[in-house]
Amino acid sequence: MIDLAGLATCPAQTWGSVRLVPLVRAEPITDLRLNAKVYGDELSMASLPDKTLYTAYVPHAFVASWTDDGTPAAAYGTQLGRPLRHMCIRTHRRMVRRVDKNRLRFLPLHLALEGFLALHFGGPSMVWEEWSRQAIAHGLSPRVEEAYSGAEVRGLDDALRVFEIYPGQCGLLLYVGDTLASAFVVPHPDDYRALHPTLVRDLYGELIYEYAMFYPARDFLAVIDETRVSSLEDLRAQAVRAEREWADFHDSVMAAGLLLAPAREEEVYRLGRFALRRFLPSFERQRENHIGETIVDESGRLAYLKTFRLSEAQSRRGYLLSVLAEHDWSLPTAASALGTDVATLGLRLERAGFGHLLRQDMLDAYRKAKR
Amino acid sequence: MDTYADLIECEDVLLFANAAITSTGQREFHSSGHEQRLSLDFLHRYIQGNYPDVYAATLALDINDHNAALIVRNLLKRPGAGDGKLIAWRLARMSPPRVYRLFRNLRRDGINNRRTRAIIRDWLAARPDIAFDAVKYRSAVKAAVRHAHLRLGGELDDFLFTPRDRVRFGTPVLEAWRRAHYEKAALYELPYTVAEGFAARHGIGREVFLERITPRLTRLERLRLTESARKDGADTEADLAAMPLVRLASYLLSGPPVERRADLASALQAAAARVAGPRKGTWGSVVAVLDDSFSSYGSPVKRRRPLAIAVACDYLLEALAGSYQGRWLSRRADPLEMRPVGPTPLGQRIIDALEQRPDRLVIVSDGWDNAPPGLAAEVLRVWRRRLDPAGEVSIVHLNPVYDAEQFDVRRLSPLVPTVGIRDAEDLPALVELAAFAQGRTGLGELRAYLEDRAARR
Repeated sequence: MIDLAGLATCPAQTWGSVRLVPLVRAEPITDLRLNAKVYGDELSMASLPDKTLYTAYVPHAFVASWTDDGTPAAAYGTQLGRPLRHMCIRTHRRMVRRVDKNRLRFLPLHLALEGFLALHFGGPSMVWEEWSRQAIAHGLSPRVEEAYSGAEVRGLDDALRVFEIYPGQCGLLLYVGDTLASAFVVPHPDDYRALHPTLVRDLYGELIYEYAMFYPARDFLAVIDETRVSSLEDLRAQAVRAEREWADFHDSVMAAGLLLAPAREEEVYRLGRFALRRFLPSFERQRENHIGETIVDESGRLAYLKTFRLSEAQSRRGYLLSVLAEHDWSLPTAASALGTDVATLGLRLERAGFGHLLRQDMLDAYRKAKR
Repeated sequence: MDTYADLIECEDVLLFANAAITSTGQREFHSSGHEQRLSLDFLHRYIQGNYPDVYAATLALDINDHNAALIVRNLLKRPGAGDGKLIAWRLARMSPPRVYRLFRNLRRDGINNRRTRAIIRDWLAARPDIAFDAVKYRSAVKAAVRHAHLRLGGELDDFLFTPRDRVRFGTPVLEAWRRAHYEKAALYELPYTVAEGFAARHGIGREVFLERITPRLTRLERLRLTESARKDGADTEADLAAMPLVRLASYLLSGPPVERRADLASALQAAAARVAGPRKGTWGSVVAVLDDSFSSYGSPVKRRRPLAIAVACDYLLEALAGSYQGRWLSRRADPLEMRPVGPTPLGQRIIDALEQRPDRLVIVSDGWDNAPPGLAAEVLRVWRRRLDPAGEVSIVHLNPVYDAEQFDVRRLSPLVPTVGIRDAEDLPALVELAAFAQGRTGLGELRAYLEDRAARR
């Protein structure tokens, strides 16, 4: 459950198929600050605890600075200059790393994505006969998901460029074709102004890429009922009402899928009184599934949020994996839980891209049975 | 009684006037330079094809030089179209570099009929000092002379085409140009743009150069060089109060808010008083809603232009009105602190302004009402329909930005006239033109107005 308390929804701005809904914080959080670290075009490598290397193209990282006693923290970039540019490959020791006491560097969305990719990564926990030798020996490796960079999403760069940032704005909900593509919340308005352009460097799912090409968004125009206006005070009251109605509609309808999304949460790191967490959705089909990461303080107030909308195929994969894991990777039990037979489930797994987990002869048999 | 066709014509003419006042074919906040030029080109073809006489008469309005040049080019392309005298009159009011650019474009497009040659000849003949032009705009003058098959006579032909044939020139400025090639002192007799090149060639330090060239600077060069010259310890002695209002406002906004000087504000007030002239204080009570949202930044090629126009209108309205209040969208009050940031809550601010019950409400905005979208239109509709059906408060929307997609400036509401604005000096004339946009007056009056303007020139 994501709680957007303390963040007020303001009127949306649209451009092409993109609708941007600003979130304004009445009281900014001053003892946690975020700053972008732009890495440019080089590859990034992170060495993981199990002596393997994680290689990624990471356009930017975030640096979180916090204080232990609640006094205002300074954003990282205000103290040190930009990173030197003479290295071709950056080696990060870990995906989340303390760069200094009270300063943490993390790769945005990578925590969430890592959580999603590593979902039941170990593969079958029981050696049922259907699973291939590879599945048992190597688990789901290699596990691959694809995403588009924001620069490839049509019109997103222009939409972010012409967006008029509100005073006190600390967050943005980004809709493409009126589908929530990403939610982004930071602790302080200054951080938001600095990080607003990084949204175009982020990852977006296939769904968003395609919706951007087909579905233009329309403004929700304010409407005033003139029969209820007899003075300027009434007119002002009606204007305020129109604004409130939009905020209510947005929070209860448009953003509902996001607020209810997290089904499983995991704490990754503690930063003073704040906690960096990541969450996974319930992978229910035919509804929005968001993965993401948050920083919340001890009272549960949201300081940082970044989400990624899974496309249908991705949530289908997540769903199948969680159902299988729930039933100890036994195909017959899982199939009966899904209300279908083993052969159908086997073919579904193949269509979802998990064909290599099943023994070839079993797959052939399923195909024959279904022919 | 107006027919439907008359109404359409009336609308088309106003639409074209708005476009010709605002669009410069440059990039704007919401559209690229290419989109702007494409859209404007279509509009020119459409109006010239359907209303050729109106198209030519538009030259008499306060349209910007970019569009005037386009119209002149299109008129010259078709022999017999338009009034030669009106064209000559308009060219005389344009800045020389722009006219030379037009001549160059005529050459590029292969437009070279008798009338074109006559117009180029007459324009060059009317130049106060053609030798000076020949030095300052050397290649442009050369191209124009070549295109119109002219002989300037005397040394000028030699200067333009075979400068090395002469050992010395009789005309001082030409002689200075010849000597500047090897004598440092001579270059200070040349115009600044030419002298700058020679100074670089002779390796003269910027500081020394600026100090000695100052007397030769033009009015706008003085303003443009003020800041950079101050860093080099030179003073260009720009006469701020004599500058056009919008240019002064642009200059004010070009620096960070902390460095803006109070003397600029007084210069703006003086300039506004000069523009208002005899109309000073005659407009009754006026409230203005002024847009300083992020989109008033304009674009990198038109930096803060919409905001500068709003600031200039703020000062001019203050001078014109008996009692005046400016309401900025960001709720800042001091024009010295203006920055283009934040959203555009036009609706709320219009309500604030109407609460004062002024005689006149002026809205200066690019019309991208987004907080919430459409509220300004609703407020104006309810106000006109319900609260002020008699129209006691006259409302006008001035828009400094041409919207390439709509082929017009963006409107706030069909009930409120919207006119394009480029220079704050035109504001009184535009408010006059807005009466036509309101639909109360018909095509006959509009044509009469255009003819009157053409005759008055």
